[in-house]
Amino acid sequence: MYTQAMDIPGGPKAVAAATPEEAARNSAFDARIAADLKIEPRDVMPEAYRKTLVRQISQHAHSEVVGMLPEGNWITRAPSLKRKAILLAKVQDEGGHGLYLYAAAETLGTSRDQMVDALLAGRAKYSSIFNYPTLTWADMGAIGWLVDGAAIMNQIPLCRCSYGPYARAMIRICKEESFHQRQGFDIMLSLCKGTAAQKEMAQDALNRWWWPVVQMFGPPDKDSVHSGQSAAWGIKRISNDDLRQKFIDATVPQAELLGITIPDPGLKWNEERGHYDYGAIDWDEFWRVVNGDGPCNRERLATRIEAHAEGAWVREAATAYAEKAAARELAGKRAA
Amino acid sequence: MSEKEWPLWEVFIRSKQGLDHRHAGSLHAVDAKQAVQMARDVYTRRMEGVSIWVVPSDAITASDPDDKAELFDPMADKVYRHPTFYKLPKEVEHM
Repeated sequence: MYTQAMDIPGGPKAVAAATPEEAARNSAFDARIAADLKIEPRDVMPEAYRKTLVRQISQHAHSEVVGMLPEGNWITRAPSLKRKAILLAKVQDEGGHGLYLYAAAETLGTSRDQMVDALLAGRAKYSSIFNYPTLTWADMGAIGWLVDGAAIMNQIPLCRCSYGPYARAMIRICKEESFHQRQGFDIMLSLCKGTAAQKEMAQDALNRWWWPVVQMFGPPDKDSVHSGQSAAWGIKRISNDDLRQKFIDATVPQAELLGITIPDPGLKWNEERGHYDYGAIDWDEFWRVVNGDGPCNRERLATRIEAHAEGAWVREAATAYAEKAAARELAGKRAA
Repeated sequence: MSEKEWPLWEVFIRSKQGLDHRHAGSLHAVDAKQAVQMARDVYTRRMEGVSIWVVPSDAITASDPDDKAELFDPMADKVYRHPTFYKLPKEVEHM
């Protein structure tokens, strides 16, 4: 998902308490988690819990921010003023979601500048999905419908996450995200009701986005290294495979309604399971993209670095202006 | 990072005339004026508010979570502070 890199090795591990005092504090934390109570910023928490959340929330924030790029690509070329206004609003939302999430992570004792530095230096991860190119207008439809649809599936359980500020940010984000999915489906619907060429464009977008979207949910449960700990801490409520299944089950009838075909010959309703079976997922591709070798990894990071550098003068000017205004106010008070 | 980090502000929004301002979240801004402008963009994109307060985060003094028991537990056994503690005769319908 937006935080799928949480499933790769190398994250913080829970360690046994070093002192009786620490053990007592940890047991207070465990009791609160067991009672399904929220943890708030200044409550005691094990260091590994704090680090896990900083990693997860910052990855999530970076995904929102990098996620503005594939869609930003189409703002100037949206087919109508209505579509352009909608796309602008959506991309602005993604920026806002990034800000809510950076703020939630900051309550854990990190700073936004540190997190942004980590992203720009290539030390932080973001979702693999944003490393794919947006080649046609239909990709705006496919992203809203599928990528945001998958994101909602993943984010709804996060609204019940044990860490208060993250859960509250997710509630706000989920409310806004539902517009994103619907506007995407609306684009697909228009294309599928249009000319043969338009419908073909919608099919092509589905063909290219389907597998990367299915991979968004992260590696299969058996290979997901930190899932057990995250579940015990009330951060992860539903497993990767269960969410993936839920997404596929919900999406197949929508594709049927659009009259386009999901590019998976193995996709078949399984009466016994009450779910759709699906074909093998190319996990080599997933790991390639997560580890930096997707079609657009370099381009995305370079664009973020450039945007940050080009904005430096604005940040400096704003700081200088604020300092000058404060000095002037102080001088005025002294004179009075 | 050589640049100076922008200070953190807490944002409070009045969602509708007649209601309290409620904490909406936080953001970074150089000064109060910019914080209000940014709060408008970040927290009221869907008509969530009619008024915004911003407060420098470091101006807030909070109670210590470790003092929770000391501060709040004494209220737990004072049920007589609630109207439901008092049983009224049936004849008194509304009070």
